[in-house]
Amino acid sequence: MRASDRRRAEGPEAPSTGGVNRPRPTRQLLEALPWLAAVGAYFAFPEYLPLLSGIAIAALFALSLDLIVGYAGVVTLGHAAFFGLGAYTAGLLAQQGWGEPISGLLAAGAAAALLGLLTAPLVLRAGELAGLMVTLGLSLMLYEAANKAAFVTGGADGLQGVEVWPLLGAFRFDLFGRTAYLYSLAVLFLLFVLARLLVASPFGLSLRGIRGNARRAAALGVPVKARLSAAYAIAAGYAGIAGALLAQTTQFVSLDALSFQRSAEGLLMLVLGGLGSLHGALLGAAAFTVAHHALSEASPQFWQFWLGIALVALALAGRGGIMGLLRRLGRGRG
Amino acid sequence: MSAFLSVLLDGVASGMLLFVLAVGLSVTLGLMNVVNLAHGAFGMVGGYVCVVLLNQAGIPFLPAVAAAALAAAALGWVLERTLYVRIYRSDHLEQVLFSIGLVFVLGAVVDWFMGARQQLIQLPGWLSGRVEFAGVGLGRYRIFLILLCGAVVAALHFGLVRTRFGARLRAAVDDGVVARGMGLPVPRIFTLTFTLGSGLAGLGGALGVEVLGLDPTFPLKYMVYFLIVVAVGGTNTVIGPFLAALLLGVVDVLGKYYVPEVGAFVIYTAMVVLLLLRPQGLLRKAA
Repeated sequence: MRASDRRRAEGPEAPSTGGVNRPRPTRQLLEALPWLAAVGAYFAFPEYLPLLSGIAIAALFALSLDLIVGYAGVVTLGHAAFFGLGAYTAGLLAQQGWGEPISGLLAAGAAAALLGLLTAPLVLRAGELAGLMVTLGLSLMLYEAANKAAFVTGGADGLQGVEVWPLLGAFRFDLFGRTAYLYSLAVLFLLFVLARLLVASPFGLSLRGIRGNARRAAALGVPVKARLSAAYAIAAGYAGIAGALLAQTTQFVSLDALSFQRSAEGLLMLVLGGLGSLHGALLGAAAFTVAHHALSEASPQFWQFWLGIALVALALAGRGGIMGLLRRLGRGRG
Repeated sequence: MSAFLSVLLDGVASGMLLFVLAVGLSVTLGLMNVVNLAHGAFGMVGGYVCVVLLNQAGIPFLPAVAAAALAAAALGWVLERTLYVRIYRSDHLEQVLFSIGLVFVLGAVVDWFMGARQQLIQLPGWLSGRVEFAGVGLGRYRIFLILLCGAVVAALHFGLVRTRFGARLRAAVDDGVVARGMGLPVPRIFTLTFTLGSGLAGLGGALGVEVLGLDPTFPLKYMVYFLIVVAVGGTNTVIGPFLAALLLGVVDVLGKYYVPEVGAFVIYTAMVVLLLLRPQGLLRKAA
């Protein structure tokens, strides 16, 4: 295991975050590009707003996975547990008569972060391979619990009757998804900026140190388990907020929010975009969601087939994803 | 009482099947440290080969099962040589992505050709029905499964402990570098073992159509079960995973029969608890 870590730390594709690089004007422009495109899409594709909201939510989920997998180096197969917990928290709050969206979002994030904090010691304690299976087992437990507790969650029928109040008391969630998209985009933007600050902070750098070589980091005095637990909880909170956004904007929660498929798709988005780079998570989520939309219109099997091919190819071709490609292109030019 | 015994027999039979399906995984995951979430796909392929041969080609049951095992072994051999061998040295995330991708591809292909519905087979006359034994009606197919899988367990155990190949495999696993230095063809040993494991999964899948069911979600549905067998059973013996599979099968069937409202929750909880208490498996002594 250490051999692969070393390779990752020293390899040419060791990720560089914008935060530690000197800002350059072209770089700033490039970084503004996805957000300009996202706002432009609001005007350019008014009929695709629900899909665009889906991209923003998927991007937030991928971002949260990037924090824990890409930066902290803890591989998880059960991140959907936090996404689903957030979705059910926000959904149940709204269903039970508290439909205020922003407080619902915060409550969902807090609930998921708390679950993350509670389960992090279990995941980290078990060791790498067993830890992977613990994440899987925990998410399956939650899925099964939500499935069987149909009197609370609606079980396989999903959570019905979610009524979300107007945003800030002024903007109703309309049928066309205008409010939903701008709301999701704003939340994504805020949390993205926060994540940028986080990964460039001493905390974020210590996470990358741990991922590079946990033993050396410990020898340097980094409290490895505490840092990883904190990162796990933060990533869980992010995923919870992403789930809450889905619940609030679609006014519905289904068991899918907790499924293994969602965890796996999150990993694919991340690897597609480029692991350990926050922009990669955004690009990966966008590419993934658009491809999903286009291919599953043809047929669900078709989508599943190509999704699998993409996973196999990405795993064999090494990481880097879209961001790696862009970086190579940029390097070739300079 | 007789109802309980026949449920118990069901549990033992499905535990035996789980062992045959999962034992190959205990080599890839446990010994070679490769996270192979696609192991169930070999079982699924075996199951479908058996269904097609039985229902569409009209081949008798036993040859169809044998052909299913061979087909899965062949697929395992091809995939190991072409793809798996490339990810042995990758890190766990890449192995996870690779094997999930494989499951998706194979599931989609099967779904495309066979549809998403559950597959059914007609057992031959001599395997259907029940026999009375000391006043208890026992399913013939269950008894057949227990005898057959028991023979597989015994063969594997003696193969690993007594044969030259078993000794080489144990050596390759204990210390691959030294084994290579001693002139053992380690990659070939792994290929053979992977092929054997895939073939056994195919055998389990074919035998399990009647017991575990078969549809394109089979690999994902039983993935956790296989992981439990390996994680709980440990990897340095055949007997460890066997006992784990037996326990899992019995608990699962008893749970589904007597407390259906709890469902699979117990199994998942047991998996997490056991992973935390004994990360190296039930039988292995803590290092």
